[in-house]
Amino acid sequence: MELDPLLLSRIQFAFVVSFHAIFPVFTIGLASYIAVLEGLSLKTGDPVWEKLSRFWISVFAVVFGMGVVSGIVMSFQFGTNWSNFAQASANFLGPVLSYEVVTAFFLEAAFLGVLLFGRDKVPRGVHFFAAVMVAVGTFISSFWILSANSWMQTPAGVELQNGMFRVTDWGEAIFNPSFIYRFLHMGLASFLTGGFVVAGVSAYYLIRGRDVAANRRALSMTLWLLLFLSPAQLFIGDMHGLNTLEHQPTKVAAMEGNWERASGVPLLLFAWPDQDAQENHWEVGVPKLASFILTHEWDGEVPGVAEVPREEQPPVGIVFWSFRVMVGLGLLMIGFAFYGLWLRLRGRLYDARGFLQGLRLMTIAPFVAVLAGWFVTEVGRAPWVVYGVMSQAEGLTPSLSGGMALFTLIGYVLVYAVVFTAGMYYLTRIIQAGMSEETAAEPSGGRPKRPFSAAHTPFDETAESAR
Amino acid sequence: MEQIDLTVIWAVIIAFGIVMYVLMDGFDLGVGILFPFAPDESSRDVMMNTVAPVWDGNETWLVLGGAGLLGAFPLVYSVFLPALYIGVFLLLAGLIFRGVAFEFRFKANRSRYLWNWAFAGGSTIAAFAQGAVVGAYIEGFETQGMVYVGGPLDWLTPFTVITGLGLLAGYALLGTTWLIMKTEGELQAWAYRLTTPLLLAVLAVFAIISIWTPLVDDYVRERWFGNIRLLWVLPAMALVCAWLIWQGVRRRQEGIPFVATMGVFVFAYLGLLVSKWPYVVPPDHTIWDAASAPGSQLFLLLGVLFVIPIVLAYTAWTYWVFRGKVRPGEGYH
Repeated sequence: MELDPLLLSRIQFAFVVSFHAIFPVFTIGLASYIAVLEGLSLKTGDPVWEKLSRFWISVFAVVFGMGVVSGIVMSFQFGTNWSNFAQASANFLGPVLSYEVVTAFFLEAAFLGVLLFGRDKVPRGVHFFAAVMVAVGTFISSFWILSANSWMQTPAGVELQNGMFRVTDWGEAIFNPSFIYRFLHMGLASFLTGGFVVAGVSAYYLIRGRDVAANRRALSMTLWLLLFLSPAQLFIGDMHGLNTLEHQPTKVAAMEGNWERASGVPLLLFAWPDQDAQENHWEVGVPKLASFILTHEWDGEVPGVAEVPREEQPPVGIVFWSFRVMVGLGLLMIGFAFYGLWLRLRGRLYDARGFLQGLRLMTIAPFVAVLAGWFVTEVGRAPWVVYGVMSQAEGLTPSLSGGMALFTLIGYVLVYAVVFTAGMYYLTRIIQAGMSEETAAEPSGGRPKRPFSAAHTPFDETAESAR
Repeated sequence: MEQIDLTVIWAVIIAFGIVMYVLMDGFDLGVGILFPFAPDESSRDVMMNTVAPVWDGNETWLVLGGAGLLGAFPLVYSVFLPALYIGVFLLLAGLIFRGVAFEFRFKANRSRYLWNWAFAGGSTIAAFAQGAVVGAYIEGFETQGMVYVGGPLDWLTPFTVITGLGLLAGYALLGTTWLIMKTEGELQAWAYRLTTPLLLAVLAVFAIISIWTPLVDDYVRERWFGNIRLLWVLPAMALVCAWLIWQGVRRRQEGIPFVATMGVFVFAYLGLLVSKWPYVVPPDHTIWDAASAPGSQLFLLLGVLFVIPIVLAYTAWTYWVFRGKVRPGEGYH
């Protein structure tokens, strides 16, 4: 079989970006949580808030570090595998992506060090301010990244001249039609991720009976947050979907598994999309519900995948099922948030072992949901790299051979396997070590250090303790 | 827009970013290259502690350079990266491994030797790959229009292997002279011993490049043997710096060798730039061919001019805080 550089590059990009996305989506939410904890600590002077904040800062440091490491690869992918796309879109994407780097730089230079290592060296108000600025900084970073991605989905504010996009209106290009929806959707997703991780880890400690006072408070406050945010995400997600219907109807058709334009389209709960036959097998659906959701009318018209030629269709099966995974997990999150409220009202929140165990397992849910969501939006715009203007094949590096792409794909898989196994293993150890130990091991010097050195848990046993 | 050429400003910014990266990440990569040859494990602890507070700040210049290239000189980005495809992968893999090894080695006990190897291996591969990039730049890229059309391993030639080894030796030299400045006792004596042979290796590679390049490249020959005699100041200064290193080692001076090594790098780098100026994707494309639209360059310039002074101030402050000798058992972990 001939190795296809296009397919291999797409897999490589999906792999690299998926691995990278896990980390920022968590740190964005966690940074805001830390800022809240610092604020509460400053306001009330209650040591429980500081204890929680210290613990979560050490987790934040490691995850942030891994996000930076995996992000370095991202910034070179466009050039190595998608050089035609990079060249064509550089007038817009170059500055926008650079601004993301500049933001991250500024953050690291000015505030991250103070947050991680300055607790006892600067006034408490300054430390709180640094926490807020780090949280704001993570949002500014995601602002630029999501602007770049949204522009590729719904290009605006540019014109094509001699094979290069030229920016005619920076405002229109940066705030392109899908940007604000994607930004809100992703922002909420980050909060949900941070919330479910904090809730899950707190539940784990409560099951073990460790640091009960602090973890009860952490669980309680995150469940209040999730109670409001998980339904809000459903609402924002719906708006994002309607925006997609307007600008990328084929993607929505693939999400719904709808092949032909029709009215009164059912919401499919199960189906096996068959791209060759251009139809579904084993459909199970709720009549007219898809039409109602998308058009808010029972007999509204829903576009079909088959309206565009075969070579302009996205792979329907992946989009269809990723969408169901995302929505299913989102509904499960809402369920957990409301079940938590019910338990709370009956005064049984902290003793319901089944619920706490469930929250523990739910720690992974937002990550899967976020990746599934990105699969929907990224696979769903195939075959376009700049929607409707430049195809993925046109964007590919011309000199790239299948063998080269395969070589680096395997290479990145190996590198990431080693690095992230070590990273996840170390995170697990931090969480096992718990909050008390973390508070005991306070850094001695007030000097600038790197993110990881904010954590003090040993990576493995010493030779003595292992015996 | 006519009075101020944004493209030239950007060329200066990128050139500055690259030299900052080479000098600063150079010595900490050098420490990694020297790692397997260190006298003992406690020396390795000290070696790592000399660069621990600063290495990640050093690498941020690489990321800024990569992003800045896409923003200001997209052609460089979209020709270099495909042409150096395998090399870029090796470079990134090397940098990732050494970065992670850095963090975990301090926290590891039984698995420490594995992180030692990851640190040394990653540093060596990254340094060699960067040297090969320099060689590939000197040799030029086969392009048609704005697209790289050469093969996947065109960058790997005898010449680029020599430049790769040359930079490996150069970074190791930065490493030993850095250690001379930052350490004392047995480790410092070891660093003194290694400096002179490394210096000779670097000079040998310089000699090869300086003889080879004008012979095969008419443009470079014309530039150096044309009528701009002033250019010869650069290699002369590089040689003066080399002599200062040699003297510094003989007289057991502690600061001069490192500063003089940076001098060697700066003058060699400037020599390389004037050899090719204004070609940035040799042999066909100048900085103006490679530039992005003026509006894009201007938009990005605003942010970069704001942030570079802050990063420089922060960098200077970090080095000031961590000035002085690093002794065994005193670290930042």
